[in-house]
Amino acid sequence: MSGQMELEFVQNFPCFSIMFCMFAGIISSAFKEKIARVLNIAVLTVNIILSAAVLLFTVRAGNYVYVMGKFPAPWGNELRIGVLEAGLALFFCVIMLLCLLGGRHKLVQEVEEGKQGLYYVLTDLMLSSLLALIYTNDLFTAYVFVEINTISACGLIMIRQNGRTIEAAVRYMIMSLLGSGLFLVGICMLYDLTGHLLMSNIQAEIGRIVAEGAYRPPLLVTIAIISVGLAIKSALFPFHAWLPDAYGYSTVSSAAVLSSLVSKGYIFLLFKIIYRVIGFDVFHDSKIVNMLFIFGLMGMVFGSLSAIKENDVRRMIAFSSVAQIGYIYMGIGMGTQVGMVASVFHVLSHAATKSLLFISAIGLTDVSGGSRKFIELTGSGYRNKCAGMAFSVGSLSMVGVPMFSGFISKLLFSQAAVQNEGKMLPTLIVLGISTILNAIYFMKTVIRIYTPVDDVEYPTVSWGENKIYAAVLLCFVALNVFLGICSQPIVDLIEKGLGMFA
Amino acid sequence: MSRMKSEEEYRKTKAFHFFRWLSGEKDPYIGNLEMRPQKEYMRAEDSILDRMRESQMVMDKVYDTRHNRWLLLFRRFYRIMAVIFCIMLAGLLLFTVSYLPPTGNASNPDNNEVASRYIESGMQETGAVNIVTGMILTYRAFDTFGETNVLFIATCCVMIMLMVEDAELKKQEVMNDRRFEPKNDAILQGTAMVLVPVIFIFGIYIILNGHLSPGGGFSGGATIGAGMILYASAFSFKDTQRFFDEKVYKIAKISALCVYGLIGIYYYVTGANGIENHIPLGIPGHIVSAGIIFPINICVGLEVACTMYAFYALFRRGGL
Amino acid sequence: MRFMHYSEEEGCKVGANLLNNYGEAVAMVLFVIGFGNLMLQSNLIKKIIGLNIMDTAVYLFLAEKGYITGRAAPIVADGVQSAEAYINPVPSGLVLTGIVVSVSVSALMLSLTIRLYQRYHTLDLDEISLQLKKEGL
Repeated sequence: MSGQMELEFVQNFPCFSIMFCMFAGIISSAFKEKIARVLNIAVLTVNIILSAAVLLFTVRAGNYVYVMGKFPAPWGNELRIGVLEAGLALFFCVIMLLCLLGGRHKLVQEVEEGKQGLYYVLTDLMLSSLLALIYTNDLFTAYVFVEINTISACGLIMIRQNGRTIEAAVRYMIMSLLGSGLFLVGICMLYDLTGHLLMSNIQAEIGRIVAEGAYRPPLLVTIAIISVGLAIKSALFPFHAWLPDAYGYSTVSSAAVLSSLVSKGYIFLLFKIIYRVIGFDVFHDSKIVNMLFIFGLMGMVFGSLSAIKENDVRRMIAFSSVAQIGYIYMGIGMGTQVGMVASVFHVLSHAATKSLLFISAIGLTDVSGGSRKFIELTGSGYRNKCAGMAFSVGSLSMVGVPMFSGFISKLLFSQAAVQNEGKMLPTLIVLGISTILNAIYFMKTVIRIYTPVDDVEYPTVSWGENKIYAAVLLCFVALNVFLGICSQPIVDLIEKGLGMFA
Repeated sequence: MSRMKSEEEYRKTKAFHFFRWLSGEKDPYIGNLEMRPQKEYMRAEDSILDRMRESQMVMDKVYDTRHNRWLLLFRRFYRIMAVIFCIMLAGLLLFTVSYLPPTGNASNPDNNEVASRYIESGMQETGAVNIVTGMILTYRAFDTFGETNVLFIATCCVMIMLMVEDAELKKQEVMNDRRFEPKNDAILQGTAMVLVPVIFIFGIYIILNGHLSPGGGFSGGATIGAGMILYASAFSFKDTQRFFDEKVYKIAKISALCVYGLIGIYYYVTGANGIENHIPLGIPGHIVSAGIIFPINICVGLEVACTMYAFYALFRRGGL
Repeated sequence: MRFMHYSEEEGCKVGANLLNNYGEAVAMVLFVIGFGNLMLQSNLIKKIIGLNIMDTAVYLFLAEKGYITGRAAPIVADGVQSAEAYINPVPSGLVLTGIVVSVSVSALMLSLTIRLYQRYHTLDLDEISLQLKKEGL
């Protein structure tokens, strides 16, 4: 305690943001929908402001450690805040706010009266768990908040309460619990080998173990178990069976939040573990990166192939999520710094694009009599111009047309691939195949929604009817174009953040 | 207009088309480049019925799990592969265990300065005689707050699933509940009248002595919850609702969590900024001591008791 | 693999500690039994039982990890505060958290099972999927 510097007030903000969300969740559980919703939006706005302030501070002053309580590591709990963490927190808060505002009109229709307030409790706690996963420097805190994340994601899926969603929630819980169990066993074994639970201390111990060579086989198995546990939870290729049902049938703001934010929370935790617990070089030497790489490639191809077969627009978008998560794991699997930067950028780009696709798809299905089959969606782009335009922007970004964010991610992946001799050829081939497959199912949908149909009994919806929805779609499109055009400062920030991440 | 060719031939030349486009008379793209609207084409009634019958036949065949040979073969293959996978996983984990440091050894990597400081200075720094309680509620207080929120959010999810709001359905649930449960069972009521006060007192003792002996908020709260469940089983829910209904539940839970959160945030912020927090540590060994551990134990115990009883009531009747 | 070669050169044999760590070996076998049940059983209640077995195995593992032969439980008795008198208190704290998480998740899974049973009158997850496909929602 004597060696502590004076902290500026800004530096307390991460702790405040996590506790704010939790308080909002706790207090909202007593009230009905209206007050819960207002509290939720207020908390999200306040968090955006706080995260922006922290981001400005860390860009100026570098990263710092925030001790939760009087006792420093390794005895007490710690948060560690840098450029990457603050930037991701800001981004996640913005996306969550837009998703909740955009899906609100469907939430009112699809969920029972008395349970709508509980929905906002779930989103508050989900946000707090995401922020805690981003900021924490302690493995066991990460485990506890991973469990909060799992339970609130299950609640978000099942709030709609028809047969499909409950079965999807059960499947989700089963896969998630398998992943959590493996993750917990990995943490216990890591504690046994190193004797610490704080990430920086574990890294020092692992360095010593690798140098001395006493406990290397269990260390290898432990790293594998932790990676597989987190990969199961974020729906990497063979473990993605729960994803299409969960995203395809839940209410739209849940689907948007789940696809953009929940899996990204676990992937970010994996980044942290790779950089700060195991150490980038040790992870690269352990050849586990190759397994992640292969599964990422397979996910990219199989996800797109399954999406082409689909006849339901929301399940098609959900399968496309499987492919995109394959991209991110391919980037991690390349094992180079450039690959990691590409993965982090793809996390941002995918979060912005996938939520845009889900929210615009709901506008299209609304003007097609609520049906999600493609035959009914023909011509819906003319009936709801706002949603049609937004859906086209999202599809173009997914395919990788220049000026949108998807193009920059594919560019970064190709650059990373070219710099890595061994993995260059499979990466570029699979990137090409995946782009063609993406184009097949996304462009098919865009052409279909813009095919004029003669006799329509469905109403046309104009911009002014649901102003909030139109405004949300415009914000998403603007975010996508911003990521696509002004990408260089963002990539620089990511590189700077990853540099001080370890 | 051309001097050398006739009118019909001129109209077929490229020059005519170009000058017509230039003058704006006819745009060659309109009507050519746009997508044409799709016409629905009518199919004969019989072929539609045929199609429906065929697809029904295919569905029946595919989902005919009893006689579908491929499905049976796949199932057997899946079972064998699954057993092999489990055996491989067990072998991998046993292989790892064989390399781990030996149990019970005093010089293991995990008996390091972390554990020594907890044991040697734990009582002075936290004020608790029970080192484990001191550790989870002072050194690692944030983890325990997260864990309390896990209980809170699980209760919210179970309420979403099982809580019945509609008045008609509520009455039906109450009737269903009493159909299978014995009403006013003499043995149960006699035992409950003797045991429930003892259980409550024991639970309160465990909560309050969390920092002096094994115990704490979680175990004490579970005991009190068990006492309430016994009371609700023996007597009817009406009797329990006299002192514990939904309003009391909400007030108890939210105030417990909020007090815990406020104490927590005060502790983290003053600790991080190096400000002295004026929470007295007291004399180790007394009941009112140990700084923040005493009020936090009470809050946690209250919350766990409410949660246990809420699970029971929601599962049995769909409402508190 | 590079890791393995080094250990064999230094004479570290497989199974050196397997009999000594028999508690942890049993814990790992129980973990795989629970894991397999959670993944492979089609009955929902059996899956939940598998989940509980898996979690209990992790607590056994942690309890073994904290133990040191010849020392007492970490409650300060008679004012003795030297680090050689007590076992490691950290794994006990981890077990406390794990138990709470396991209870919450079991309650959630059981409530989902009740809802599914009320709708489809079967506890078999494969049959429920089949009925859903036939419903064609």
